[in-house]
Amino acid sequence: MLYEPIVILIIKGIFKLKSTLQKLFLVLLFTPLSALADWTLNMRQGVTPISQEIYQMHMVTLWVVTVIGIIVFAVMFWSIFHHRKSKGAKPAKFSHSTTVEIIWTIIPTAIIISLAVPATKLLIKMDDTSESAITVKATGSQWKWKYDYLDGVGEGITLYSNLDSKSKEISQRDSGLSPMDHEHYLKDVDEPIVLPINTKIRILTTAQDVIHSWWLPDLGWKRDAIPGFINDNWAVIEKAGTYRGKCTEICGAGHGYMPIVLEAVSMEDYTKWVDEKKLAQEASKNTSDIVLNMKELITKGEKVYKAQCLVCHQANGEGLKGAFPSIAGSAIAIEASNRLRHIQQIIHGKGLMPAFGEQLSDVDIAAIVTFTRNSWGNNTGDIVQAKEVSEARKKPNVITAGDLKNKKLTTGTKIKELAQVK
Amino acid sequence: MSTIAHDDHHDHKPTGLKRWFLSTNHKDIGTLYLIFALTMFFVGGAMAMIIRAELFMPGLQFVDPQFYNSMVTVHALIMIFGAVMPAGVGLANWMIPLMIGAPDMALPRMNNMSFWILPFAFALLLSTLFMDGGAPAGGWTMYPPLVLQTGDAFPFLIFAIHFLGISSIMGAINIIATVFNMRAPGMTLMQMPLFVWTWVITSFLLIAALPVLAGGVTMLLTDKYFGTSFFDAAGGGDPVLFQHIFWFFGHPEVYILALPAFGIVSQIIPAFARKPLFGYASMVYATASIAILSFFVWAHHMFTVGLPIKGELFFMYATMLIAVPTGVKVFNWIATMWKGSMTFETPMLFSIAFVILFTIGGFSGLMLGITPVDFQYHDTYFVVAHFHYVLLTGAVFALMAAVYYWLPKWTGNMYDERLGQIHFWLSLISSNVLFFPQHFLGLAGMPRRIPDYNIQFADFNMISSIGGFAYGITQLLFVYIVIKCAMGGKKARALSWEGAKGLEWTVPSPAPFHTFEKPPKLTKKMLEL
Repeated sequence: MLYEPIVILIIKGIFKLKSTLQKLFLVLLFTPLSALADWTLNMRQGVTPISQEIYQMHMVTLWVVTVIGIIVFAVMFWSIFHHRKSKGAKPAKFSHSTTVEIIWTIIPTAIIISLAVPATKLLIKMDDTSESAITVKATGSQWKWKYDYLDGVGEGITLYSNLDSKSKEISQRDSGLSPMDHEHYLKDVDEPIVLPINTKIRILTTAQDVIHSWWLPDLGWKRDAIPGFINDNWAVIEKAGTYRGKCTEICGAGHGYMPIVLEAVSMEDYTKWVDEKKLAQEASKNTSDIVLNMKELITKGEKVYKAQCLVCHQANGEGLKGAFPSIAGSAIAIEASNRLRHIQQIIHGKGLMPAFGEQLSDVDIAAIVTFTRNSWGNNTGDIVQAKEVSEARKKPNVITAGDLKNKKLTTGTKIKELAQVK
Repeated sequence: MSTIAHDDHHDHKPTGLKRWFLSTNHKDIGTLYLIFALTMFFVGGAMAMIIRAELFMPGLQFVDPQFYNSMVTVHALIMIFGAVMPAGVGLANWMIPLMIGAPDMALPRMNNMSFWILPFAFALLLSTLFMDGGAPAGGWTMYPPLVLQTGDAFPFLIFAIHFLGISSIMGAINIIATVFNMRAPGMTLMQMPLFVWTWVITSFLLIAALPVLAGGVTMLLTDKYFGTSFFDAAGGGDPVLFQHIFWFFGHPEVYILALPAFGIVSQIIPAFARKPLFGYASMVYATASIAILSFFVWAHHMFTVGLPIKGELFFMYATMLIAVPTGVKVFNWIATMWKGSMTFETPMLFSIAFVILFTIGGFSGLMLGITPVDFQYHDTYFVVAHFHYVLLTGAVFALMAAVYYWLPKWTGNMYDERLGQIHFWLSLISSNVLFFPQHFLGLAGMPRRIPDYNIQFADFNMISSIGGFAYGITQLLFVYIVIKCAMGGKKARALSWEGAKGLEWTVPSPAPFHTFEKPPKLTKKMLEL
């Protein structure tokens, strides 16, 4: 009998002082914890109108289930404390009551309908991608994101987001480096996507190899990136800032290592960025005439290797047994006769290895080839210049030409390879 | 004379290897299933320990990312197909004939075969750990194209799943045949104990769902080796097609794991409340409607693949609708306790914890079912927390409750009640320390299936890992309790629990090798539920 008024009080209190209790609840429940560092308990509110509505919907549902839970479990515990044999309770005989059963079917149904109505409205709003000012396509591949600006200011820009090299180094097993020293460990990229605020942006998602998923919690949604199909969604970012997210669909060994970083800036800054980016893009197109010495090539090559190759082939060039082949001591990276094959494998990819030809400039590829032919005991002394790469691009692909018939064809490369043979 | 011969017959059982390998006895096969399930629970549990050890701190400490993914994948497959499902089938084997007054299962030889497929299927699956390219690492959901990157392990994965499917379907056919044909004369369907009901419904789910999975994985096999393009866009296929096929199996599968747990709890709560189950008929109808609805909600696992909005709305409504019959069940259990005369032995404690924690899992399930918000929750630790509440503190807690409840009938001895209570409280606390913080991790933005994370997630991961280790160690106590009980202890009476109802309590403890060779004459009292 003692518990009844207390339970009623609690329930009344929750309805009356929702916001106060919301804080109190969290504080009470986690007092010893909240004294410590960054204990994030709840969903982010985000920076778009949609993400705020999603947050509201989340909080409403959370409170509905919390209140239902408190009521139901309060009744149960009241029974547990009072209807026990040790207190001399005699069992009643009843085994059904149609009235009660109808009531507790109708009430949940009503609650569910009251949740479904706002959810439907929100979903319909989210579905409308029309009249967007800028369209960007995010293409996932193992394990990086490529962004193509397809429409609006910035059209024609293409950029790649790889995990930043500091995170890459720390994330190696036995690296001896601490993740504590990097605030944005596994949440930073070498080149973020830049977009203007207060503009309706349409983001298309697709993938090259396997399914990935593009998620920025601050935009309020994630969308799967599926090879061969294109999904779309939209956002209007209301606050300038750097927003971080991750790939959320398991996509192989590097799944935890392909973050998404978006920099939201004013339209003015965005236009400035677009102009600079376009100039830089133009400059990097023609690198085939650049000639570097051995030392310069190796320094550059090591940098590009860390950004592009490290996750699979590892810092020691030995790869991971059974999954990623070793470059150290590999015939392709040592024998002189394999020089063209080595360059072309980076350009066209092979099996699970993606093609880098589109992403990397001639001088970058030349640098990687030089670096890998002169590291980890691969002491060939070979120097490969950008011109050689430029020529290798024009030659037929020696990797697929000879052994297509005997080769295991992997998904997604089939059509491409067949086309190349023809 | 007949009495003596009869007794002789009771004692007659094959010995040694013959008894266990060639058994057609439902009790022995039930025991085999249960021991197998417990073994697999520890194999899968060891993998969970590796996962939690790697996630204990940020940075890579113990395993490579690829191996981590293998652990995530194989842990799930083992726990679902190797631990929870066989444990449920083991209980069904042991208890259904005893509960309906049948001498054995209807198809005893097939019963033997459906068990003995399992060790071979898991030998196939576990052998992949030692193969070039490692064990399957694309997640237990096996989404293409990623799963097609699996190395030599790929065909082993596919055929292991085929074998598991065949085994489960045979088990399901056997249960349906037994329940529909071998009930003691006078027992109508609506007089069957609820555990029997939930297993009948589960069996229909198995028969309907597993062939769909078998078809899906066969299509994967032909895509990989025979040049088809079911799931390859470059050849006119669609990777999402596999997800539809998989979850058309996968969602009913959730209820294949959960419905027997509902049945167990519906047996135990009335026994320890000393009061009949509230709303028996509505329990049966609620179970059936959950089962039927489970075939119309599969795409709520795939809200983010880019379904048309009409599809998203349909699957959202259907998903939310499941909350109604599930709510009815929870209310019925509480109404059963209401004005009862309760005692709190270990089976009852596990059952009460089941009701609370399964409901918490149901609440997060309702939240996940709301499509626009699911765009945030999907594939984060919020989902991991949700399904572990439903499957571990739900299904596994109910299975533990069942073992404690029926151990006296199986062994003839009472288990050590004090140790049982300790096991319960340690399991309860550790599993909540393990899984509750994962809600926060998911909301804060930690995706599933990642081996390493930002320091922002460090604190809760450490707490979760500590809970995980504690839960793992606690289960060793369970093994000790079961072995101790099997070896000896206070002798159990035929009616081992004061308030227990049902035919299984009319046979001696331990239950003789053969029971109900002559159908029992049912009295009105015996049919009380």
